[in-house]
Amino acid sequence: MRNQSIEFIMAGRRQRRRRWIVVTSLLAALAGMLCCAMLLLGSTIYPVNDVIRALSGEHLKGVSFAVNTIRLPRMLAGLFAGFAFGIAGYTFQTMLRNPLANPNVIGITSGSSAAAVFCIIALHASGAVVSAASVIAGLATVLLIYMLSRGRSFSVGRLILVGIGIQAMLDAVISYLLLVSAQQDIPAALRWLTGSLNGSQMHELPPLVITVIIFAPIIIVLGKHLDILELGEQSASSLGVDTDKTRIALIVSSVFMIAIATATTGPIAFVSFLSGPIAKRLVGVGFSNVIPAGLVGVNLVLAADLIGQFAFEYRFPVGIITGLLGAPYLIFLLIQMNRKGEL
Amino acid sequence: MKPTHIFQAEQVVAGYDHKTVIHGISLVIPSNQISVIMGANGCGKSTLLKTLARLIKPADGSITLDGKPIGKIPPKKLARVLGLLPQSPIVPEGISVADLVGRGRFPHQSWHTGWTKKDVEAVAEAMRIMDITELANHHIDELSGGQRQRVWIAMALAQQTDILFLDEPTTFLDITYQVEILDLLTDLNRKYGTTIVMVLHDINLSARYADYIFALQKGMLMAEGEPSQVITDTLVKDIFGLDCTVIKDPISGSPLVVPKGRYHVNEEFTS
Repeated sequence: MRNQSIEFIMAGRRQRRRRWIVVTSLLAALAGMLCCAMLLLGSTIYPVNDVIRALSGEHLKGVSFAVNTIRLPRMLAGLFAGFAFGIAGYTFQTMLRNPLANPNVIGITSGSSAAAVFCIIALHASGAVVSAASVIAGLATVLLIYMLSRGRSFSVGRLILVGIGIQAMLDAVISYLLLVSAQQDIPAALRWLTGSLNGSQMHELPPLVITVIIFAPIIIVLGKHLDILELGEQSASSLGVDTDKTRIALIVSSVFMIAIATATTGPIAFVSFLSGPIAKRLVGVGFSNVIPAGLVGVNLVLAADLIGQFAFEYRFPVGIITGLLGAPYLIFLLIQMNRKGEL
Repeated sequence: MKPTHIFQAEQVVAGYDHKTVIHGISLVIPSNQISVIMGANGCGKSTLLKTLARLIKPADGSITLDGKPIGKIPPKKLARVLGLLPQSPIVPEGISVADLVGRGRFPHQSWHTGWTKKDVEAVAEAMRIMDITELANHHIDELSGGQRQRVWIAMALAQQTDILFLDEPTTFLDITYQVEILDLLTDLNRKYGTTIVMVLHDINLSARYADYIFALQKGMLMAEGEPSQVITDTLVKDIFGLDCTVIKDPISGSPLVVPKGRYHVNEEFTS
């Protein structure tokens, strides 16, 4: 009897585990394929062999420039930014138990973006200064939203509304900065308004790569804590999670990733918003979805960028495509929340 | 049998931001017994329970487990001895019953391990005690209120703590389920010697199921002791402001509070 019940419980658990492994592997494989497609596809399609030779350092006229200077940085930017957006978005959504409560909707991305635009346009800064400014601005935005929405007792609904307001304000700041700047051109503007991989350059990537290598593992390791936090403050505390410390570690790690990714690619619309819910839908609930969410982020960014590049007569930046996907979902969630009386 | 613990509060003052709710309470939780904290709405019983379960940091006084201040015990270590089922726990969307119960194993696990054999056994055992094994692979959203409450208690059981706090585990449940839950908790106490401390609304069920009662009024401990000694007409009048007659519960022999309102009172009781 006892063994039977253990077997019954474990059978379901194994099934969920298998689903996690299968779906995560498929997401990783798809991401790998999209990475290859990013390197192979372009205005000229070179033979696979040439692309591999160019990547391994051989100098081939035309191929080397197209692959190593244009396509590789574009692919890497999409890969790392997608992973960062996916993981950070999922972290916020799970921690606050609401898909709307994510950096994309509540203005954290816009905060980082505004800081980056200000540094680049007004201060003519680049590199470390831009990265630092966007991290500080991201953290400051979190603090600001938290302080403004605190009230008598904490409410996620209020936090989201305050965040949406802050987001609108920061987006106006970005538009203003772009308008008054003399050097503004449309591709640059699109990058800072919706996010784009156009013109990604190899030398811009190290901060993003390093940030993801440092902070993604922290969140992955804290995945179990994150699942416990999802049970609410009281349950989490009584299960032995140091809720304040864990939350701070998760927020700081997420904001670092969001901010640096935003400083590199611009705020690619809705990726951090869509990744978590899509991952959850695909993988199910029960095992930590941090990694699947990151992989969904990668797939979204790379697929959307390929669609933006090749599906239409004009080339659209990645953020326009992800924005088209995300906006209806945002509206759907707002309607649902309003119905439940959470707003 | 679970080991004996000395869990003690001394002159505890606690509350929220600017409002003190508990005004200096000292108590010792009877080890391996069932205690109930009772009192009128807003008397601070839930706050006291949360303070004892370290969810609220006391403004003054000390709470110790076996002589050690609970704030000084590492959270995970404490969570292996002391568990709490909150009044309205939050359900993650779409989670299965077994996985939710499994989350109770958190304080026994490290970040990189999955379920060990011990975890599986604890989860299965907890689900068996709560009689929810057959629901293991259901989504929690599909369950009724009574079933859900059993799942939550199973999660607290999977934590395998020696001391278990429960904040109104029977609210929102039909009387049938209330009795069922209290029976299951009594099983737990009798079989394993788990120390149980709970807040209950119902005086009569408290009187029947508690070994020991803490009666609170306005953040102070008014009386404590065995139900038969504590629950009297005067005490009920004092803490609930209710006129009543206390008789003997024909089923259990414990005190039974029969309230006296303004209507439907027979002549012999009108004074």
